[in-house]
Amino acid sequence: MPEQFPADSVGLVTPKTLHFDQPLELDCGRVLPEYDLVYETYGELNADASNAILVAHALSGDHHAAGYHSPDDRKPGWWDASIGPGKPLDTNRFFIVCSNNLGGCRGSTGPVSPNPETGALYGADFPMVTVPDWVRSQARLADALGIDQWAAVVGGSLGGMQALQWAIDFPERTRHCVVIAAAPKLSAQNIAFNEVARQAILRDPEFHEGRYSEYGVTPERGLALARMLGHITYLSEDALRAKFGRELREGKINFNYDVEFEVESYLRYQAETFVRHFDANTYLLMTKALDYFDPAANYDDNLAAALKHVTASFLILSFTSDWRFPSSRSREIVRALQDGNKRVTYSEIVAPQGHDSFLMPIPVYRDLLQAYMNRVAQEANV
Amino acid sequence: MSVRSELALISEWIHPGTRVLDLGCGEGQLLRYLRDTRDVIGYGLEIAPENIVSCVEKDIPVIQTNLDEGLKDFDPLSFDYVVMTQTLQAVRYPEHLLNEMLRVGREGIVTFSNLGHWRSRLRLALSGRMPVSGDPALDWYNSPNIHLCTVRDFEALCEDTGIRILERTFIDNAHRKHGLARVFPNLLGEVALYRFERA
Repeated sequence: MPEQFPADSVGLVTPKTLHFDQPLELDCGRVLPEYDLVYETYGELNADASNAILVAHALSGDHHAAGYHSPDDRKPGWWDASIGPGKPLDTNRFFIVCSNNLGGCRGSTGPVSPNPETGALYGADFPMVTVPDWVRSQARLADALGIDQWAAVVGGSLGGMQALQWAIDFPERTRHCVVIAAAPKLSAQNIAFNEVARQAILRDPEFHEGRYSEYGVTPERGLALARMLGHITYLSEDALRAKFGRELREGKINFNYDVEFEVESYLRYQAETFVRHFDANTYLLMTKALDYFDPAANYDDNLAAALKHVTASFLILSFTSDWRFPSSRSREIVRALQDGNKRVTYSEIVAPQGHDSFLMPIPVYRDLLQAYMNRVAQEANV
Repeated sequence: MSVRSELALISEWIHPGTRVLDLGCGEGQLLRYLRDTRDVIGYGLEIAPENIVSCVEKDIPVIQTNLDEGLKDFDPLSFDYVVMTQTLQAVRYPEHLLNEMLRVGREGIVTFSNLGHWRSRLRLALSGRMPVSGDPALDWYNSPNIHLCTVRDFEALCEDTGIRILERTFIDNAHRKHGLARVFPNLLGEVALYRFERA
Protein backbone atom coordinates (compact mmCIF):
# COMPACT_ATOMS: atom_id res chain seq x y z
CA MET A 1 0.00 0.00 0.00
CA PRO A 2 2.53 2.56 -1.11
CA GLU A 3 -0.03 5.41 -0.94
CA GLN A 4 0.45 5.30 2.83
CA PHE A 5 4.00 6.50 2.48
CA PRO A 6 5.00 10.11 1.91
CA ALA A 7 5.49 11.05 -1.76
CA ASP A 8 9.22 11.64 -1.20
CA SER A 9 9.75 8.23 0.40
CA VAL A 10 11.34 5.28 -1.38
CA GLY A 11 8.40 3.31 0.07
CA LEU A 12 8.63 -0.40 0.83
CA VAL A 13 12.12 -1.83 0.62
CA THR A 14 13.46 -5.35 1.03
CA PRO A 15 17.02 -6.08 2.19
CA LYS A 16 19.14 -8.37 0.04
CA THR A 17 21.98 -10.62 1.07
CA LEU A 18 25.14 -11.48 -0.83
CA HIS A 19 27.37 -14.35 0.20
CA PHE A 20 31.12 -14.02 -0.34
CA ASP A 21 33.23 -17.19 -0.49
CA GLN A 22 36.52 -15.45 -1.01
CA PRO A 23 38.26 -15.17 2.38
CA LEU A 24 38.75 -11.64 3.70
CA GLU A 25 42.04 -10.87 5.40
CA LEU A 26 41.49 -8.47 8.24
CA ASP A 27 43.82 -5.82 9.69
CA CYS A 28 43.95 -7.73 12.98
CA GLY A 29 45.68 -10.59 11.17
CA ARG A 30 42.75 -12.96 11.21
CA VAL A 31 40.79 -14.12 8.20
CA LEU A 32 37.06 -14.33 7.65
CA PRO A 33 36.79 -17.50 5.54
CA GLU A 34 33.41 -16.50 4.16
CA TYR A 35 30.79 -13.92 5.01
CA ASP A 36 27.45 -12.39 4.16
CA LEU A 37 26.73 -8.75 3.53
CA VAL A 38 23.15 -7.62 3.86
CA TYR A 39 22.32 -4.42 2.00
CA GLU A 40 19.55 -2.29 0.59
CA THR A 41 19.43 -0.37 -2.66
CA TYR A 42 17.23 2.53 -3.70
CA GLY A 43 16.78 3.82 -7.23
CA GLU A 44 18.07 2.23 -10.45
CA LEU A 45 21.63 1.63 -11.57
CA ASN A 46 22.04 3.28 -14.99
CA ALA A 47 23.51 1.57 -18.04
CA ASP A 48 27.09 2.73 -17.52
CA ALA A 49 26.87 2.34 -13.72
CA SER A 50 27.89 5.97 -13.26
CA ASN A 51 25.16 6.89 -10.79
CA ALA A 52 25.93 4.64 -7.83
CA ILE A 53 26.30 6.08 -4.35
CA LEU A 54 27.51 4.19 -1.31
CA VAL A 55 26.05 5.29 2.00
CA ALA A 56 28.06 4.09 4.98
CA HIS A 57 26.40 3.80 8.37
CA ALA A 58 27.49 4.93 11.80
CA LEU A 59 28.00 3.06 15.07
CA SER A 60 24.49 1.84 15.74
CA GLY A 61 23.17 2.18 12.18
CA ASP A 62 22.55 -0.53 9.65
CA HIS A 63 21.70 -1.16 6.00
CA HIS A 64 18.15 0.16 6.41
CA ALA A 65 18.87 3.76 5.46
CA ALA A 66 15.56 4.72 3.84
CA GLY A 67 11.99 3.62 3.31
CA TYR A 68 9.94 1.06 5.21
CA HIS A 69 10.16 -2.69 5.66
CA SER A 70 6.45 -2.98 6.27
CA PRO A 71 3.44 -0.68 6.06
CA ASP A 72 3.21 -1.00 9.85
CA ASP A 73 6.68 0.44 10.47
CA ARG A 74 6.45 3.47 12.70
CA LYS A 75 9.73 4.92 11.50
CA PRO A 76 11.56 4.85 8.16
CA GLY A 77 15.27 4.02 7.70
CA TRP A 78 17.86 6.04 9.59
CA TRP A 79 18.64 8.55 6.82
CA ASP A 80 15.23 8.90 5.26
CA ALA A 81 15.61 12.67 5.70
CA SER A 82 18.19 12.67 2.90
CA ILE A 83 17.36 9.67 0.69
CA GLY A 84 14.32 9.52 -1.58
CA PRO A 85 12.73 11.00 -4.71
CA GLY A 86 13.61 14.71 -4.81
CA LYS A 87 15.74 14.52 -1.67
CA PRO A 88 19.48 15.35 -1.70
CA LEU A 89 20.33 11.71 -2.41
CA ASP A 90 17.71 11.66 -5.11
CA THR A 91 16.57 8.14 -5.96
CA ASN A 92 15.21 9.42 -9.29
CA ARG A 93 18.81 10.04 -10.32
CA PHE A 94 21.04 7.88 -8.17
CA PHE A 95 21.36 4.21 -7.36
CA ILE A 96 22.02 4.16 -3.63
CA VAL A 97 23.59 1.24 -1.80
CA CYS A 98 23.83 0.83 1.96
CA SER A 99 25.22 -2.31 3.56
CA ASN A 100 25.40 -3.49 7.15
CA ASN A 101 29.01 -3.48 8.26
CA LEU A 102 30.83 -6.71 9.02
CA GLY A 103 30.64 -7.33 12.75
CA GLY A 104 27.16 -5.85 12.77
CA CYS A 105 24.09 -7.53 14.16
CA ARG A 106 21.47 -6.91 11.49
CA GLY A 107 22.29 -9.60 8.99
CA SER A 108 25.86 -9.13 7.82
CA THR A 109 28.27 -11.63 9.31
CA GLY A 110 29.04 -10.69 12.89
CA PRO A 111 29.01 -11.94 16.46
CA VAL A 112 25.42 -13.20 16.16
CA SER A 113 26.23 -15.24 13.01
CA PRO A 114 27.33 -18.87 13.06
CA ASN A 115 31.05 -19.48 12.78
CA PRO A 116 31.39 -21.88 9.81
CA GLU A 117 34.34 -23.57 11.50
CA THR A 118 32.47 -24.48 14.68
CA GLY A 119 28.80 -24.23 13.81
CA ALA A 120 28.24 -22.19 16.98
CA LEU A 121 27.63 -18.46 17.01
CA TYR A 122 30.77 -16.34 16.72
CA GLY A 123 29.95 -14.33 19.81
CA ALA A 124 33.13 -12.98 21.37
CA ASP A 125 35.21 -14.95 18.84
CA PHE A 126 34.29 -12.63 16.02
CA PRO A 127 37.51 -10.90 14.96
CA MET A 128 38.07 -7.18 15.47
CA VAL A 129 37.22 -5.31 12.31
CA THR A 130 38.51 -1.93 11.21
CA VAL A 131 37.29 0.84 8.92
CA PRO A 132 39.69 -0.32 6.16
CA ASP A 133 38.33 -3.87 6.55
CA TRP A 134 34.82 -2.57 6.01
CA VAL A 135 35.93 -0.62 2.97
CA ARG A 136 37.51 -3.75 1.47
CA SER A 137 34.30 -5.70 2.06
CA GLN A 138 32.24 -2.89 0.52
CA ALA A 139 34.56 -2.90 -2.51
CA ARG A 140 33.70 -6.54 -3.08
CA LEU A 141 30.04 -5.67 -2.84
CA ALA A 142 30.64 -2.97 -5.46
CA ASP A 143 32.34 -5.56 -7.70
CA ALA A 144 29.38 -7.89 -7.32
CA LEU A 145 26.95 -5.10 -8.21
CA GLY A 146 28.97 -4.10 -11.29
CA ILE A 147 30.04 -0.74 -9.89
CA ASP A 148 33.59 0.22 -10.88
CA GLN A 149 33.44 3.70 -9.42
CA TRP A 150 31.07 5.28 -6.94
CA ALA A 151 29.66 8.63 -8.03
CA ALA A 152 30.00 9.40 -4.34
CA VAL A 153 30.69 7.68 -1.04
CA VAL A 154 28.69 9.41 1.67
CA GLY A 155 28.55 8.99 5.42
CA GLY A 156 28.09 10.68 8.77
CA SER A 157 30.15 10.07 11.89
CA LEU A 158 31.72 6.59 11.65
CA GLY A 159 30.14 6.48 8.17
CA GLY A 160 32.09 9.61 7.23
CA MET A 161 35.27 7.88 8.31
CA GLN A 162 34.48 5.03 5.91
CA ALA A 163 33.90 7.57 3.14
CA LEU A 164 37.31 9.13 3.86
CA GLN A 165 38.93 5.69 3.90
CA TRP A 166 37.34 4.91 0.53
CA ALA A 167 38.92 8.01 -0.99
CA ILE A 168 42.30 6.95 0.40
CA ASP A 169 42.21 3.22 -0.35
CA PHE A 170 40.35 3.31 -3.66
CA PRO A 171 41.00 6.72 -5.21
CA GLU A 172 40.10 5.49 -8.69
CA ARG A 173 36.77 4.18 -7.42
CA THR A 174 35.67 7.27 -5.48
CA ARG A 175 34.57 10.27 -7.57
CA HIS A 176 33.16 12.29 -4.70
CA CYS A 177 33.51 11.88 -0.97
CA VAL A 178 31.01 13.39 1.47
CA VAL A 179 32.22 13.34 5.06
CA ILE A 180 29.68 14.60 7.60
CA ALA A 181 30.19 15.17 11.33
CA ALA A 182 33.34 13.05 11.37
CA ALA A 183 36.96 13.32 12.45
CA PRO A 184 40.29 12.12 11.04
CA LYS A 185 40.78 10.13 14.25
CA LEU A 186 39.30 10.00 17.71
CA SER A 187 40.51 12.28 20.47
CA ALA A 188 41.54 10.93 23.87
CA GLN A 189 38.18 12.18 25.16
CA ASN A 190 36.32 10.27 22.44
CA ILE A 191 38.22 7.09 23.28
CA ALA A 192 37.56 7.66 26.97
CA PHE A 193 33.81 7.80 26.38
CA ASN A 194 34.02 4.63 24.30
CA GLU A 195 35.99 2.93 27.04
CA VAL A 196 33.37 3.74 29.68
CA ALA A 197 30.71 2.34 27.36
CA ARG A 198 32.76 -0.82 26.89
CA GLN A 199 33.43 -1.19 30.59
CA ALA A 200 29.71 -0.98 31.27
CA ILE A 201 29.23 -4.00 28.99
CA LEU A 202 32.35 -5.91 30.02
CA ARG A 203 31.51 -5.58 33.73
CA ASP A 204 27.92 -6.69 33.36
CA PRO A 205 27.69 -10.03 35.29
CA GLU A 206 25.76 -11.43 32.34
CA PHE A 207 28.45 -10.63 29.81
CA HIS A 208 30.25 -13.96 30.41
CA GLU A 209 33.29 -12.87 28.42
CA GLY A 210 31.11 -12.29 25.40
CA ARG A 211 29.63 -15.81 25.42
CA TYR A 212 26.34 -14.68 26.91
CA SER A 213 24.25 -16.35 24.24
CA GLU A 214 25.56 -19.75 25.40
CA TYR A 215 24.11 -18.91 28.80
CA GLY A 216 20.83 -17.75 27.33
CA VAL A 217 21.24 -14.24 28.70
CA THR A 218 22.22 -10.80 27.39
CA PRO A 219 24.24 -8.13 29.19
CA GLU A 220 21.32 -5.75 28.94
CA ARG A 221 22.28 -3.55 31.84
CA GLY A 222 25.75 -2.89 30.48
CA LEU A 223 24.54 -2.32 26.95
CA ALA A 224 21.84 0.03 28.25
CA LEU A 225 24.41 2.06 30.18
CA ALA A 226 26.66 2.19 27.12
CA ARG A 227 23.78 3.48 25.03
CA MET A 228 22.76 6.07 27.62
CA LEU A 229 26.28 7.42 27.76
CA GLY A 230 26.60 7.43 23.99
CA HIS A 231 23.27 9.11 23.59
CA ILE A 232 24.25 11.98 25.86
CA THR A 233 27.31 12.60 23.71
CA TYR A 234 25.21 12.61 20.53
CA LEU A 235 23.03 15.44 21.80
CA SER A 236 23.97 18.97 22.75
CA GLU A 237 23.30 20.54 26.11
CA ASP A 238 21.00 22.99 24.33
CA ALA A 239 19.04 20.14 22.75
CA LEU A 240 18.60 18.41 26.10
CA ARG A 241 17.59 21.65 27.77
CA ALA A 242 15.10 22.49 25.04
CA LYS A 243 13.62 19.01 25.08
CA PHE A 244 13.47 18.32 28.82
CA GLY A 245 14.89 21.16 30.85
CA ARG A 246 14.41 20.11 34.47
CA GLU A 247 10.86 18.95 33.89
CA LEU A 248 9.68 16.59 36.58
CA ARG A 249 7.59 13.63 35.67
CA GLU A 250 5.19 13.98 38.58
CA GLY A 251 5.63 17.69 39.07
CA LYS A 252 7.54 17.20 42.33
CA ILE A 253 10.64 15.49 43.61
CA ASN A 254 10.09 12.25 45.48
CA PHE A 255 13.46 11.69 47.15
CA ASN A 256 14.05 8.32 45.50
CA TYR A 257 15.90 6.78 42.57
CA ASP A 258 12.94 6.16 40.31
CA VAL A 259 12.46 8.31 37.26
CA GLU A 260 11.95 11.85 38.48
CA PHE A 261 13.28 14.12 35.78
CA GLU A 262 11.96 13.73 32.25
CA VAL A 263 15.48 13.43 30.89
CA GLU A 264 15.92 10.28 33.00
CA SER A 265 12.78 8.81 31.53
CA TYR A 266 13.99 9.60 28.04
CA LEU A 267 17.40 8.00 28.57
CA ARG A 268 15.89 4.86 30.08
CA TYR A 269 13.45 4.56 27.18
CA GLN A 270 16.24 5.01 24.62
CA ALA A 271 18.31 2.36 26.38
CA GLU A 272 15.46 -0.13 26.66
CA THR A 273 14.53 0.06 23.01
CA PHE A 274 18.17 -0.14 22.00
CA VAL A 275 19.06 -3.28 23.95
CA ARG A 276 16.13 -5.12 22.40
CA HIS A 277 17.63 -4.97 18.93
CA PHE A 278 21.37 -4.47 19.34
CA ASP A 279 24.08 -6.92 20.22
CA ALA A 280 26.61 -6.14 22.95
CA ASN A 281 29.54 -7.76 21.14
CA THR A 282 28.75 -5.69 18.06
CA TYR A 283 28.70 -2.55 20.19
CA LEU A 284 32.15 -3.42 21.53
CA LEU A 285 33.49 -4.07 18.02
CA MET A 286 32.08 -0.85 16.57
CA THR A 287 33.57 1.30 19.33
CA LYS A 288 36.95 -0.34 18.76
CA ALA A 289 36.75 0.33 15.02
CA LEU A 290 36.17 3.97 15.91
CA ASP A 291 39.10 4.07 18.32
CA TYR A 292 41.47 2.45 15.82
CA PHE A 293 40.53 4.69 12.90
CA ASP A 294 43.58 6.79 12.08
CA PRO A 295 44.48 6.90 8.38
CA ALA A 296 47.45 9.21 9.09
CA ALA A 297 49.06 6.67 11.44
CA ASN A 298 50.93 4.99 8.57
CA TYR A 299 52.20 8.36 7.32
CA ASP A 300 54.02 9.74 10.36
CA ASP A 301 50.73 11.18 11.58
CA ASN A 302 50.65 13.41 8.51
CA LEU A 303 47.07 13.40 7.25
CA ALA A 304 47.99 15.37 4.12
CA ALA A 305 50.44 12.60 3.25
CA ALA A 306 47.73 9.99 3.80
CA LEU A 307 45.51 11.94 1.42
CA LYS A 308 48.23 12.58 -1.15
CA HIS A 309 46.85 10.18 -3.73
CA VAL A 310 43.17 10.86 -3.35
CA THR A 311 41.47 12.11 -6.50
CA ALA A 312 37.93 12.53 -5.19
CA SER A 313 36.28 15.89 -4.71
CA PHE A 314 35.23 16.41 -1.11
CA LEU A 315 32.33 17.88 0.73
CA ILE A 316 33.07 18.15 4.45
CA LEU A 317 30.28 19.19 6.80
CA SER A 318 30.17 19.77 10.54
CA PHE A 319 27.61 21.14 12.97
CA THR A 320 28.06 23.98 15.45
CA SER A 321 26.62 22.10 18.43
CA ASP A 322 28.43 18.79 17.81
CA TRP A 323 30.82 18.35 20.71
CA ARG A 324 31.54 14.71 20.00
CA PHE A 325 33.18 15.53 16.66
CA PRO A 326 33.37 19.32 16.73
CA SER A 327 34.00 21.47 13.67
CA SER A 328 37.69 21.74 14.52
CA ARG A 329 38.02 18.01 13.76
CA SER A 330 36.42 18.40 10.34
CA ARG A 331 38.69 21.34 9.65
CA GLU A 332 41.69 19.07 10.22
CA ILE A 333 40.52 17.06 7.24
CA VAL A 334 39.86 20.22 5.23
CA ARG A 335 43.29 21.55 5.98
CA ALA A 336 45.01 18.33 4.97
CA LEU A 337 43.09 18.36 1.69
CA GLN A 338 43.99 22.01 1.07
CA ASP A 339 47.64 21.21 1.67
CA GLY A 340 47.44 18.72 -1.16
CA ASN A 341 45.51 21.06 -3.49
CA LYS A 342 42.52 18.72 -3.43
CA ARG A 343 39.08 19.91 -4.36
CA VAL A 344 37.24 20.48 -1.10
CA THR A 345 34.20 22.40 0.05
CA TYR A 346 33.54 22.79 3.75
CA SER A 347 30.65 24.19 5.70
CA GLU A 348 29.83 24.40 9.37
CA ILE A 349 26.07 24.12 9.69
CA VAL A 350 24.43 26.11 12.47
CA ALA A 351 22.29 23.53 14.24
CA PRO A 352 21.39 22.97 17.89
CA GLN A 353 20.90 19.19 17.74
CA GLY A 354 24.48 18.10 18.48
CA HIS A 355 26.22 15.21 16.75
CA ASP A 356 22.88 13.73 15.72
CA SER A 357 22.29 16.79 13.50
CA PHE A 358 23.63 14.80 10.57
CA LEU A 359 20.50 12.64 10.65
CA MET A 360 18.07 15.55 10.80
CA PRO A 361 16.16 17.46 8.13
CA ILE A 362 17.85 20.82 8.75
CA PRO A 363 17.01 23.23 5.87
CA VAL A 364 20.45 24.80 5.34
CA TYR A 365 22.10 21.36 5.59
CA ARG A 366 19.63 19.90 3.15
CA ASP A 367 20.11 22.81 0.69
CA LEU A 368 23.86 22.41 0.69
CA LEU A 369 23.80 18.64 0.38
CA GLN A 370 21.22 18.98 -2.40
CA ALA A 371 23.36 21.51 -4.29
CA TYR A 372 26.43 19.29 -3.97
CA MET A 373 24.64 16.12 -5.00
CA ASN A 374 23.21 17.99 -8.00
CA ARG A 375 26.78 18.57 -9.14
CA VAL A 376 27.53 14.90 -8.55
CA ALA A 377 24.51 13.96 -10.65
CA GLN A 378 25.49 16.33 -13.46
CA GLU A 379 28.96 14.78 -13.60
CA ALA A 380 27.38 11.35 -13.74
CA ASN A 381 25.12 12.54 -16.57
CA VAL A 382 21.94 11.77 -14.67
CA MET B 1 29.30 49.93 -9.33
CA SER B 2 29.75 47.35 -12.06
CA VAL B 3 30.70 43.96 -10.71
CA ARG B 4 31.67 42.78 -14.16
CA SER B 5 34.15 45.55 -14.84
CA GLU B 6 35.70 44.97 -11.45
CA LEU B 7 36.10 41.24 -12.17
CA ALA B 8 37.61 42.02 -15.56
CA LEU B 9 40.10 44.46 -14.08
CA ILE B 10 41.15 41.97 -11.39
CA SER B 11 41.55 39.17 -13.89
CA GLU B 12 43.93 41.31 -15.96
CA TRP B 13 46.28 41.22 -12.97
CA ILE B 14 46.21 37.47 -12.57
CA HIS B 15 48.47 35.18 -14.58
CA PRO B 16 46.81 32.13 -16.13
CA GLY B 17 47.15 28.80 -14.38
CA THR B 18 47.93 30.26 -10.96
CA ARG B 19 46.52 29.50 -7.51
CA VAL B 20 44.09 32.01 -6.05
CA LEU B 21 42.51 32.32 -2.62
CA ASP B 22 39.43 34.54 -2.62
CA LEU B 23 38.55 35.98 0.80
CA GLY B 24 34.86 36.68 1.19
CA CYS B 25 34.14 35.08 -2.18
CA GLY B 26 30.38 35.67 -1.98
CA GLU B 27 28.56 33.66 -4.61
CA GLY B 28 31.81 32.69 -6.29
CA GLN B 29 31.54 35.00 -9.35
CA LEU B 30 35.20 36.03 -9.32
CA LEU B 31 36.54 32.50 -8.99
CA ARG B 32 34.22 31.30 -11.72
CA TYR B 33 35.33 34.17 -13.94
CA LEU B 34 38.97 33.40 -13.22
CA ARG B 35 38.46 29.68 -13.73
CA ASP B 36 36.75 30.28 -17.07
CA THR B 37 39.04 33.04 -18.37
CA ARG B 38 42.35 32.44 -16.60
CA ASP B 39 42.29 28.73 -15.85
CA VAL B 40 43.14 29.39 -12.20
CA ILE B 41 42.56 26.93 -9.40
CA GLY B 42 41.70 28.05 -5.94
CA TYR B 43 39.39 28.21 -3.01
CA GLY B 44 36.87 30.73 -1.88
CA LEU B 45 36.47 31.58 1.78
CA GLU B 46 32.99 32.66 2.75
CA ILE B 47 30.93 32.92 5.90
CA ALA B 48 27.30 33.06 4.67
CA PRO B 49 25.65 29.66 4.19
CA GLU B 50 23.47 30.81 1.27
CA ASN B 51 26.58 32.02 -0.56
CA ILE B 52 28.24 28.67 0.04
CA VAL B 53 25.30 26.97 -1.66
CA SER B 54 25.72 29.35 -4.61
CA CYS B 55 29.41 28.46 -4.86
CA VAL B 56 28.64 24.74 -4.79
CA GLU B 57 26.15 25.28 -7.61
CA LYS B 58 28.95 26.89 -9.63
CA ASP B 59 31.35 24.08 -8.74
CA ILE B 60 33.62 26.50 -6.91
CA PRO B 61 35.42 24.93 -3.93
CA VAL B 62 34.56 27.03 -0.91
CA ILE B 63 35.55 26.75 2.73
CA GLN B 64 33.34 28.30 5.34
CA THR B 65 35.58 30.66 7.26
CA ASN B 66 35.27 33.60 9.58
CA LEU B 67 37.96 35.96 8.24
CA ASP B 68 38.17 37.64 11.63
CA GLU B 69 39.90 34.47 12.81
CA GLY B 70 42.68 34.97 10.25
CA LEU B 71 43.99 32.44 7.75
CA LYS B 72 45.58 30.08 10.24
CA ASP B 73 44.62 26.96 8.28
CA PHE B 74 46.78 28.05 5.34
CA ASP B 75 50.50 27.56 4.97
CA PRO B 76 52.88 30.42 4.13
CA LEU B 77 53.04 31.29 0.43
CA SER B 78 50.63 28.54 -0.54
CA PHE B 79 48.86 30.79 -3.09
CA ASP B 80 50.04 33.02 -5.91
CA TYR B 81 47.34 35.58 -5.18
CA VAL B 82 45.12 36.23 -2.23
CA VAL B 83 42.19 38.37 -3.37
CA MET B 84 39.68 40.26 -1.31
CA THR B 85 36.97 42.17 -3.12
CA GLN B 86 34.66 44.56 -1.30
CA THR B 87 35.32 42.82 2.00
CA LEU B 88 38.11 44.79 3.69
CA GLN B 89 35.59 47.20 5.18
CA ALA B 90 33.64 44.36 6.82
CA VAL B 91 36.45 42.65 8.69
CA ARG B 92 37.34 43.35 12.27
CA TYR B 93 41.11 43.56 11.86
CA PRO B 94 41.94 44.86 8.36
CA GLU B 95 45.62 45.39 9.15
CA HIS B 96 46.03 41.87 10.49
CA LEU B 97 44.19 40.40 7.54
CA LEU B 98 46.34 42.29 5.01
CA ASN B 99 49.40 40.85 6.71
CA GLU B 100 47.80 37.41 6.64
CA MET B 101 47.13 37.81 2.92
CA LEU B 102 50.82 38.36 2.28
CA ARG B 103 51.83 35.54 4.58
CA VAL B 104 49.68 33.06 2.64
CA GLY B 105 50.07 34.56 -0.86
CA ARG B 106 52.87 36.02 -2.94
CA GLU B 107 50.68 38.94 -3.90
CA GLY B 108 47.51 40.47 -2.55
CA ILE B 109 44.68 42.10 -4.45
CA VAL B 110 42.13 44.25 -2.66
CA THR B 111 39.16 46.25 -3.84
CA PHE B 112 37.04 48.56 -1.77
CA SER B 113 34.61 51.43 -2.09
CA ASN B 114 36.47 54.69 -1.64
CA LEU B 115 34.85 56.82 1.04
CA GLY B 116 36.98 59.75 -0.11
CA HIS B 117 34.82 59.95 -3.23
CA TRP B 118 33.30 63.39 -3.68
CA ARG B 119 29.77 62.15 -3.15
CA SER B 120 30.64 60.75 0.26
CA ARG B 121 32.36 64.00 1.13
CA LEU B 122 29.36 65.95 -0.07
CA ARG B 123 26.97 63.87 1.99
CA LEU B 124 28.99 64.39 5.12
CA ALA B 125 29.51 68.08 4.43
CA LEU B 126 25.94 68.94 3.52
CA SER B 127 23.82 66.60 5.62
CA GLY B 128 26.22 65.94 8.46
CA ARG B 129 25.42 62.22 8.14
CA MET B 130 27.93 59.39 7.81
CA PRO B 131 28.51 58.28 4.25
CA VAL B 132 27.30 54.74 3.61
CA SER B 133 28.79 52.08 1.42
CA GLY B 134 27.04 49.14 -0.16
CA ASP B 135 23.39 48.44 0.51
CA PRO B 136 21.64 51.84 0.80
CA ALA B 137 19.00 50.26 3.07
CA LEU B 138 21.64 49.89 5.77
CA ASP B 139 22.59 52.61 8.19
CA TRP B 140 25.89 53.16 10.02
CA TYR B 141 24.78 51.11 13.05
CA ASN B 142 23.57 47.98 11.28
CA SER B 143 25.91 47.87 8.31
CA PRO B 144 28.47 45.04 8.21
CA ASN B 145 30.88 47.67 6.91
CA ILE B 146 32.68 48.66 10.08
CA HIS B 147 36.02 49.81 8.63
CA LEU B 148 35.27 52.16 5.79
CA CYS B 149 38.32 53.92 4.39
CA THR B 150 39.54 56.22 1.68
CA VAL B 151 42.21 55.75 -0.96
CA ARG B 152 44.57 57.86 1.10
CA ASP B 153 43.77 55.89 4.29
CA PHE B 154 44.53 52.60 2.55
CA GLU B 155 47.81 53.79 1.09
CA ALA B 156 48.88 55.13 4.46
CA LEU B 157 48.15 51.74 6.02
CA CYS B 158 50.23 50.01 3.35
CA GLU B 159 53.07 52.42 4.03
CA ASP B 160 52.87 51.77 7.77
CA THR B 161 52.70 47.98 7.51
CA GLY B 162 55.46 47.46 4.95
CA ILE B 163 53.22 46.66 2.01
CA ARG B 164 54.44 47.69 -1.44
CA ILE B 165 51.72 48.70 -3.88
CA LEU B 166 52.48 47.21 -7.28
CA GLU B 167 49.52 48.51 -9.22
CA ARG B 168 46.37 50.47 -8.56
CA THR B 169 43.37 51.41 -10.59
CA PHE B 170 40.10 53.21 -9.97
CA ILE B 171 36.63 52.94 -11.31
CA ASP B 172 34.47 56.04 -11.38
CA ASN B 173 30.72 56.11 -10.96
CA ALA B 174 30.22 55.63 -14.69
CA HIS B 175 31.87 52.19 -14.22
CA ARG B 176 34.90 53.06 -16.27
CA LYS B 177 38.51 53.43 -15.56
CA HIS B 178 38.43 57.19 -15.40
CA GLY B 179 41.07 59.44 -16.83
CA LEU B 180 40.64 62.06 -14.18
CA ALA B 181 40.25 59.45 -11.44
CA ARG B 182 43.84 58.53 -12.16
CA VAL B 183 44.87 62.05 -11.31
CA PHE B 184 42.50 62.56 -8.39
CA PRO B 185 41.76 59.03 -7.24
CA ASN B 186 40.68 59.91 -3.73
CA LEU B 187 38.13 62.37 -5.06
CA LEU B 188 36.89 60.70 -8.23
CA GLY B 189 37.55 56.98 -7.74
CA GLU B 190 34.43 55.22 -6.58
CA VAL B 191 36.01 51.79 -6.36
CA ALA B 192 39.72 51.32 -5.71
CA LEU B 193 41.67 48.25 -6.81
CA TYR B 194 45.16 47.48 -5.53
CA ARG B 195 47.73 44.81 -6.22
CA PHE B 196 50.50 44.62 -3.64
CA GLU B 197 53.28 42.54 -2.13
CA ARG B 198 55.44 42.48 0.96
CA ALA B 199 57.91 45.35 0.77
